[in-house]
Amino acid sequence: MTANEAMVRAEQVNKVFGGDGADRVEALRDIDLTIDTGEFVSLIGPSGCGKSTLLRLIGDLLTPSGGRLTVNGKPPHQARLDRDYGMVFQHATLLDWRTVSRNVELPLEILDIPAERRHVRAAEMLELVQLGSFGEHYPWQLSGGMQQRVAIARALTFQPSLLLMDEPFGALDEMTRELMQQEVLRIWRETQTTVVFVTHSIPEAVFLSNRVVVMSARPGRISEIVDIPLPHPRNENTRESSDYYEKITEVREALRRENGAAA
Amino acid sequence: MQEAAAQPSLMTRARPAIAVTVIVVVLAGLWELYKLVGQTTGGTWPFTSLGLPVRPDNITMPHVWDMIGELFVPARRGGELLIVILLKGALFTMREALLGFVIGGVVGFGLGVLFVRSTLAERSFMPYVVASQTVPIIAIAPMVVIWGSRLDWPPWISVSIISAYLTFFPVTINTLRGLRSPDPTALELMRSYAATPRDVLWKVQVPAALPYIFTALKVSATASIIGAIVGELPAGFADGLGRSLLVFSQQFATRSAKLYGTVIFTALVGIVFVGLVTLAEHRFVDASRRDTA
Amino acid sequence: MTDHLDPHETDVLTAFEGDVPAGTRTPSALRHRLRRAGPALVAFLLVVALWEGLVRLLNVQAFILPRPSQIIIRFIETAGEIWPAGLNTLYEALGGFVMGVTAGIVAALATVRWVAVREGLLPFAIAANSIPIIALAPITNAWFSLTSPVSKMVVVAVIVFFPVMINTARGLIEVEAAELELLRSYAASPREVMRRVRVPHALPYLFSALKVASALSLIGAIVAEYFGGSQDVLGQYIVRKANLFQFPDAWAAILVASILGLTFYGLILLTERIVMPWHVSFRAADEA
Repeated sequence: MTANEAMVRAEQVNKVFGGDGADRVEALRDIDLTIDTGEFVSLIGPSGCGKSTLLRLIGDLLTPSGGRLTVNGKPPHQARLDRDYGMVFQHATLLDWRTVSRNVELPLEILDIPAERRHVRAAEMLELVQLGSFGEHYPWQLSGGMQQRVAIARALTFQPSLLLMDEPFGALDEMTRELMQQEVLRIWRETQTTVVFVTHSIPEAVFLSNRVVVMSARPGRISEIVDIPLPHPRNENTRESSDYYEKITEVREALRRENGAAA
Repeated sequence: MQEAAAQPSLMTRARPAIAVTVIVVVLAGLWELYKLVGQTTGGTWPFTSLGLPVRPDNITMPHVWDMIGELFVPARRGGELLIVILLKGALFTMREALLGFVIGGVVGFGLGVLFVRSTLAERSFMPYVVASQTVPIIAIAPMVVIWGSRLDWPPWISVSIISAYLTFFPVTINTLRGLRSPDPTALELMRSYAATPRDVLWKVQVPAALPYIFTALKVSATASIIGAIVGELPAGFADGLGRSLLVFSQQFATRSAKLYGTVIFTALVGIVFVGLVTLAEHRFVDASRRDTA
Repeated sequence: MTDHLDPHETDVLTAFEGDVPAGTRTPSALRHRLRRAGPALVAFLLVVALWEGLVRLLNVQAFILPRPSQIIIRFIETAGEIWPAGLNTLYEALGGFVMGVTAGIVAALATVRWVAVREGLLPFAIAANSIPIIALAPITNAWFSLTSPVSKMVVVAVIVFFPVMINTARGLIEVEAAELELLRSYAASPREVMRRVRVPHALPYLFSALKVASALSLIGAIVAEYFGGSQDVLGQYIVRKANLFQFPDAWAAILVASILGLTFYGLILLTERIVMPWHVSFRAADEA
């Protein structure tokens, strides 16, 4: 494995919030993690394990307190300036005053892409998330799942090399959630974008990922990495396979080992 | 240890006050600078022949210190000091405004409760509550004064009623919004206890509405002073700040500092009244639910 | 004279929203609106009938309370006097409105651009907002020529300035953190953040201030007129008639003031709908 192939490379990364006083919180300690191009990696762990913090460090929304972190072989700051990131948050964060397709076009406007190409691209992306006929709607006219699909379309519209997703389906009901997971896998296969995905849900992490990074809290650190060699394409049958259940059990035990001992 | 922790919060609380003081000082400085420049150039913008918008002479724009100094000079030869007259006037106007504030607050709250209980009442009268505020109060003031004199009220009570006319509106609007603000589940919970509408009102809706009502009361506090001042103009009695404004504006050509002193005093009365409401708000509404503006 | 600072309060404030014609509307929606406006119309007729009836029945004299019919008659008979006066007053109000709103928006933009301005000017504006600004009227009369409309415009501008500035600044500042993070992930420049997020977010706040300001500007102009100046304006006309106890005439002029005020308010509602078709307060009406 060469440095060129790694999309994300973290070496001994630390993150401390607050000063030296009582408000000091060690959010992440000694994170070593390499994510290859084209991988789908999930971060899972209890609240306070720093999984969202790690995602934000990778996305340059936060700066590490120590260690080395590169994205696409560059510092995260440079990667952000190069528009390497597509981000999807727990809430769709669509701008109320824009129609669905103008929401999808937002990053393209910032990249100064001409209007005509923006429209074409937005239409393609909405087609990809199967919302082709909703371009002229306003966000409030869509359900939560549809809004989240718009957010995914928006994140992919400028073909970022890395898609960062922070519990994107956390606010959705179980049925919608499963549909969205399949959708994301399909999009991932079609676009071959690298994905880092933060979640609370063990089945979700197993279903989606090539690797599941299990984290533990206080201080946040990586306790184990579980490979998920389930074949693609994954679908409803995958969810009923015994391999899938075995992997879920494996991740659950890893979580319990690390976090149960502390509790 | 606790005192040390209290220190920064005191500092952050004092900061807006410091900012306001700094701006007032800066404004006073700009005022004097404008006068200085204007008097040097003879009333034009520097290096041009364009006239300044306001003449910089000592009558049109008296020195800041003259405005303050004027407060401690008798307003009429051998009469009371201006500051004494203004203090009495401020108390008089405050009394009118306070009664108007209370009447307006009670009526405003009552209308809010009525409208939240009855959609029919809201649809029937809400548009007119809004329209009522486009009626210039100065126009109604003389009539209210006549009605008052028919009913043998002291004239200042008529002024309070004019003041209440301005006061009730924000309270109605925000009471209505506030009473509607509780989460539907809180109402369902009360329903599961078989609570009476009265219980729902006083135990859920009114507490939820308090922050909204206090926001409105701050707006109303200023409105009640405006109402009192405007109501005094046609009421034709000699007390009160409104009357002072009118009388001293007629003496502007000779002793303008008196008018300026009165205006500054009126501003202070407004700030004090809103300040008192804010204190009450701090007592009854906890910090997280307070509105900052 | 009110200044609310929360755009979410506007849905109640805009009780007249249903009466504003909005371009394309289906007949069924129109009927729905009429049905909603029904109780208000009934209440109006009832109140006017009751007023007329009671005044006739109790034989109240016109200088105490004129009858609606007397007011309407004078409203028609004096139209040649009260409407020109109304337009003069409207001119002062509009001039001051434009000045105050422009200055308020510029100041609000400055509060976002410079932290020092925000920490200094905003508390000052909030304090200044509790000053009965109408007290400035005699001073501006003395500053500018008494008969010039500018002296009234300046008072109106100061009255309008504070609510517009405070509200707009709030809208520009209180943007959701997630939206800022999103724009940050695109490496958007501060200018882009301003244009794409802050300004659109501030629009509802601005409009709620404009609605308040529209009513304030007319009332402010009329009260400012009381302190002297041109005779051919509503404030002077009303005072003159009231002093002569010609209350039907005074009320006819009040009616003009109300009509102008409501029209101004309605125009702002209409502009709001055109500028922000997405806004929450229009949703319920459109869905129903």
